[in-house]
Amino acid sequence: MGDHVTEIVVFAFLFLLVSGIGFFAARWRAPNDMGHLDEWGLGGRSFGGWVTWFLVGGDLYTAYTFVAVPALLFGAGAAGFFAVPYTIIIYPLVFLVLVRLWSVSHRHGFVTPADFVRSRFQSPTLALLIAITGIVATMPYIALQLVGIEAVLKTMGVTGDSAVARHLPIIIAFAILAAYTYQSGLRAPALIAFVKDTLIYIVILVAIIYLPYKLGGWGSIFDAAQKKFDGTPNPNDGIVLTAANQWQYITLALGSALALFLYPHSITGVLAGRNRDVIKRNMSALPAYSLLLGLIALLGFMAIAAGVKPLPGAKAGSTDSNTVVPLLFDLHFPAWFAGVAFAAIGIGALVPAAIMSIAAANLFTRNIYKEYLKRDATPAQEASVSKIASLVVKVGAVACIVFLDPQFSIDLQLIGGVIILQTLPAVALGIYTRWFHRGGLIAGWVAGMGLGTWMLYQIPNAATGRQHFGGSAFPLEKFAFIDSKTTVYVGLVAVAVNLAVAALVTLALRAGKVPDGGDDTNPDDYFADEGDPRVSVPAQPTSTDSDLDPAPSPKV
Amino acid sequence: MSDQEVRAEGAPAVARAKDKSPWNWLLFLPIVVPLLTPLFNHDSPRVAGFPMFYWLQLLFIVLGVSTTTVVYQMTKKRR
Repeated sequence: MGDHVTEIVVFAFLFLLVSGIGFFAARWRAPNDMGHLDEWGLGGRSFGGWVTWFLVGGDLYTAYTFVAVPALLFGAGAAGFFAVPYTIIIYPLVFLVLVRLWSVSHRHGFVTPADFVRSRFQSPTLALLIAITGIVATMPYIALQLVGIEAVLKTMGVTGDSAVARHLPIIIAFAILAAYTYQSGLRAPALIAFVKDTLIYIVILVAIIYLPYKLGGWGSIFDAAQKKFDGTPNPNDGIVLTAANQWQYITLALGSALALFLYPHSITGVLAGRNRDVIKRNMSALPAYSLLLGLIALLGFMAIAAGVKPLPGAKAGSTDSNTVVPLLFDLHFPAWFAGVAFAAIGIGALVPAAIMSIAAANLFTRNIYKEYLKRDATPAQEASVSKIASLVVKVGAVACIVFLDPQFSIDLQLIGGVIILQTLPAVALGIYTRWFHRGGLIAGWVAGMGLGTWMLYQIPNAATGRQHFGGSAFPLEKFAFIDSKTTVYVGLVAVAVNLAVAALVTLALRAGKVPDGGDDTNPDDYFADEGDPRVSVPAQPTSTDSDLDPAPSPKV
Repeated sequence: MSDQEVRAEGAPAVARAKDKSPWNWLLFLPIVVPLLTPLFNHDSPRVAGFPMFYWLQLLFIVLGVSTTTVVYQMTKKRR
């Protein structure tokens, strides 16, 4: 590993710098009372436009972005570019839906999406399901961040023979991350995000100007990719989509966008904003990251043109395609700048990992601990339980990486996406309508989770030789009644069934006069803004018929 | 029921900006257009070496930014 010394030194220096910032963050915009979940878990709900831009940008565009999306283009071509429409669609959705969630959370002091569901449907059971779904979906996503760091470390030659030696660097990295997240809460990733995003923007700007210049221009990069895909036996790769994978592309982009804004960590980032304007303005500014992402994705084709050969994977005979971007940097950048690029990816993993673990910890604290273990928990107790839970979550994520094959990082995340999508009827539609019966939503959730898991189980992966859980592209011919080569995204099918079941069961329960819960929110709450007082005590149970639709009558 | 019916304790008397504006419908444009694959699933024409599939989708980002900006400007609270 002698020829990687410069890279390792630069990487280690930036990593330590960021760790220092993480610990310092506890004193940044310090509140009078850090012992409150609003402070530790939501940064005091006080972030303005710039902080929110860096925080949410650093939150949504993870190390996964920089490593796995180009790896997907490297391996499959155009299909991997779904990340671009996906991250265009998400912002209008947030603009429409999450701004209302921000308002109602501001009024009622909600910290998690499950808090909202609990009040909206007066159903602790439904809230518990939403919380568990969130935690389960977030765990592999955190693990995915480690895969990003590991791809970089592997490229720098920091590897070992035994499983423990190989994983020691990320265990240390995560221990440091866990320590400053414990101390500083959401302020740590918010402050680190400034460094992370600055590094990323510099690296990518250099990469997209310098690399095409070295590789003979964009035209020859795309031609090299086309030539590679023409030579493979796979009929579905290429630099444009084929008839068979267009629906997969559409459904995956839409489904992923719907999933992304339901993820607890996205909601944490949004709820930490100061007011409605901060969030709405950010929806116009955040797509700057989508442009970045589109360009990063194309690094996969540059790697093809540069003739990069991915490093071997964990299993004998396999390759780790996640290493293509680090290898491209290693090959074509001077050592010190490759070090900067690697640090950008490494730190890029820390910001989302911190926010995700905070979001998962908040779910545990609010919707499991306070609901089922200690009803009268004070805000200070909530904060300390959340801090400990965030440590547990990180240990779980490290365990995922040490014991599972990291080659499946992107699939793990896609499975998490399928699961989290099943909270759409209760959370996203719940923001708009109280029409669904809480029993209907629970039935829909069960149906969606069951079908989604079954479909994922049915998908083989020829490339990795696995029989099951090989991806999220479901061949429609597996439904006996459809004869087609088309594939679709599992999550969108599962959530459609979820919705249908929720609606039918709602009608049945209403017909059977089964009592529904009430609604602790009122229509005006969905438009509340900064300065509006918080509802201090849980509102009295309201009658079920008054609030079927929270939308106010249109203003004239 | 009417907008005036305020039930929650301590609800403020200020009139709030509702988000029921027809401008919001414009937001469906950047949700739907990037999903119409027949629109952009072509290699040519190329721009600066980029096949249409790539440059047009990158251009949709501009569509997204401009619609959210317009909707924000047209619906924001008048002070």
